[in-house]
Amino acid sequence: MSDTLLKVKDLKIGAKIYPPGEKPKDIEIVHGVSFELEKGKVLGLIGESGAGKSTIGLASMAYGRGGVEITGGEVWVNGREILHTNLRDLRRLRGMEVTYVSQSAAASFNPAKKIMEQVVEASLHAGKFSKKAAEARARELFAKLGLPDPDNIGERYPHQVSGGQLQRCMTALALCPEPDLVVFDEPTTALDVTTQIDVLMAIKEAIRDTGVAALYITHDLAVVAQVSDEIMVLKMGDMVEYGTTDQIINHPQEEYTRDLVSVRSTQHDGKPPTDNPVLRVENVTARYKGTNFDVLHNVVMDLHPGQTLAVVGESGSGKSTTARVITGLLPPRDGNIVFDGRELSPDLEGRTREDLRELQMIYQMADVAMNPRQTVGTIIGRPLEFYFGMRGAEKRKRIIELLDEIELGVEFMDRYPAELSGGQKQRVCIARALAAKPKVIICDEVTSALDPLVADGILKLLENLQKIEDVAYLFITHDLATVKAIADSIAVMYQGKVVRYGTKAEVLSPPFDDYTDLLLSSVPEMRLGWLEEVIENRKMESAGN
Amino acid sequence: MMRIPPAALIGLFFTGLYFFGAVFAQWIAPYSMTEIVGDVWEPSSAKHWLGTDNIGRDLLSRMIYGGQTTIFIATAATILSFTTGSILGFTAAVVGGWIDQALSRFVDLIMSIPTLIFALVVLSVMPVTLFMLIMVMGLLDSTRVYRLARAVAVDINVMDFVEAAKLRGEGNRWIIFREILPNALSPLVAEMGLRFIFAVLFVSTLSFLGLGVQPPNADWGGIVKENKDGIVYGIPAALVPAIAIATLAISVNLVADWVLNRTTSLKGGRG
Repeated sequence: MSDTLLKVKDLKIGAKIYPPGEKPKDIEIVHGVSFELEKGKVLGLIGESGAGKSTIGLASMAYGRGGVEITGGEVWVNGREILHTNLRDLRRLRGMEVTYVSQSAAASFNPAKKIMEQVVEASLHAGKFSKKAAEARARELFAKLGLPDPDNIGERYPHQVSGGQLQRCMTALALCPEPDLVVFDEPTTALDVTTQIDVLMAIKEAIRDTGVAALYITHDLAVVAQVSDEIMVLKMGDMVEYGTTDQIINHPQEEYTRDLVSVRSTQHDGKPPTDNPVLRVENVTARYKGTNFDVLHNVVMDLHPGQTLAVVGESGSGKSTTARVITGLLPPRDGNIVFDGRELSPDLEGRTREDLRELQMIYQMADVAMNPRQTVGTIIGRPLEFYFGMRGAEKRKRIIELLDEIELGVEFMDRYPAELSGGQKQRVCIARALAAKPKVIICDEVTSALDPLVADGILKLLENLQKIEDVAYLFITHDLATVKAIADSIAVMYQGKVVRYGTKAEVLSPPFDDYTDLLLSSVPEMRLGWLEEVIENRKMESAGN
Repeated sequence: MMRIPPAALIGLFFTGLYFFGAVFAQWIAPYSMTEIVGDVWEPSSAKHWLGTDNIGRDLLSRMIYGGQTTIFIATAATILSFTTGSILGFTAAVVGGWIDQALSRFVDLIMSIPTLIFALVVLSVMPVTLFMLIMVMGLLDSTRVYRLARAVAVDINVMDFVEAAKLRGEGNRWIIFREILPNALSPLVAEMGLRFIFAVLFVSTLSFLGLGVQPPNADWGGIVKENKDGIVYGIPAALVPAIAIATLAISVNLVADWVLNRTTSLKGGRG
């Protein structure tokens, strides 16, 4: 077939792992994956973390990242086998015929060089275009990708544009040398939902207009459904299902694919507010030390005992700052935090041990929220020791109870955080918070770093624990699907203000204000053609533009 | 266990040898340190493996006893500098505010004065005893350790698990010793090796200048000083302690490099 651009046959990839306390060993992380990609088509690679999707994406450039080695199979690009070519030919291939867009544009751009220099670098290096022609092409691409002021944006430095814009600059960088194939590795995952839509649309149009083929790697099925022609579902280095987008989304054959399509099974009926909120945020205005503008303006919200209040907003909307004010890490300039009828001291030092015990916190990154040098037993046991003076057998018994509540066995007690999976880590953090027997737990984006199926498990766990322990959650998130699944009441925040607040039913029923409407409509839906519809009907520009 | 690279093996061997010699000096040394057993600057023979020194004492015995002094002073000074430096550095990072400012500026002030000159001034006023020597060296060196410990701790201090401990209401003592110290240990241990070498060089320099270990006791620097006049006549006695200092420095360095490599290896993670 002449129009086959990329052919991957029985690709096997191995890696060396270093288990703590053991000899390094070789494992296989991709077990014989095959697919073909025609010119101008988009193939979505989807799977959870560890599925091998990024590894396969990079292997199509004959590249193995950090200790990863391609151990078998064939990769054909433009009719040439590239796994066994010499480095010089590979260098021409990479960056000219096949280019790469990574997840974090902010980490991939050199902060000391102007954007334009970096966008044209590959083309100039290979001598494909003259400097003038390459820059003209870059400007054309900037315009096509909908970047503001396309003629001059290249003169800026990476920190002078927003995250969504930088991700588009990176797409321009990848498209500039007129490649045949672009590998997109989670290009929108780090972006806010409303920004994600713009970048997604820009990428989709750019692919259509330039006629390049693309591998689109993501964990979000709803996103990939918008841009790709075909989808391959991967799990633990094996292909699960491979078909057209329509087939996968509307008629999934495999159990695993069905799980992915129908994830978010948690259901929650909103409870009505009570008369005595356990936590009141009263007219809080706050600013960070050394700055001269307020990041929170008159924030008001109530949390009722045994219920969940979801605080929703995009990055920079002040939701995490609200949490810092509540916990006492950032004393407010004005306003009060009232806990269980008593006013809390504005700063941490002024709070009693009892105040601290009743208000616990769970963090987004479970990785850094646990001391890597302490065992799970120490991590969960410390609050027991600290607040209740438990020791020895009594403490051990309670730790086992808590481990049981988070659905982990007693054998986890002596493990270190590095020996746990992402979901297990977050469970241990939940147990640490529960150990203090708090009345309120602040959950700061607790599921956003997790795979959808794992996140779903954590949400179910939190839901169950709420019933058992009668604890209230202040749930900070940017993900509206999560909110729908767990909240009793919702506060929508935008630029440091609460723009919409009420019970779940009130907040999620029309008429909407413009921002809530934008936020709600931006949540990717798992059906074809959704992206075009949303862009069509939008009332408000996204914040990232 | 990871395989030990050959360079580190060589380092471990010589470091071990010198420390062994230092610990068991009394049993190993063939002669007493101060006894005059032969002629001045005898060449090496079966009786005196390294020959004799400027007044006819056995050089090998003096080297072994000298190594004991050198290594003892260097070790004690390093331990002193690490305990003071890291505890103060961690405290400054965790407490912050004016305590951090005061400590850091004071350390800057001390560091702005060349260490050797500072030490010479202090030792020329104070009585030169082993204790004094260790105190001066240890405290002067602790300023360097302070800077490292503070820099490492400032990074760890902003991690979520430290914030979690603060929100739990933990005191500074728990945060410093239980949350920060275990995570800061690897860079500190590696730095310890380097600091030990500097201490060896420093005490040797002081003794060479006559302000370190006082005769008839000697450390390696002192032995160089005693025998330096022999060089003019082609007598290699002064080179022996010089070689000892150099090989000890290099071998400890090799070990320190290996430890640093091991603990900061991206593949192995924080082991």
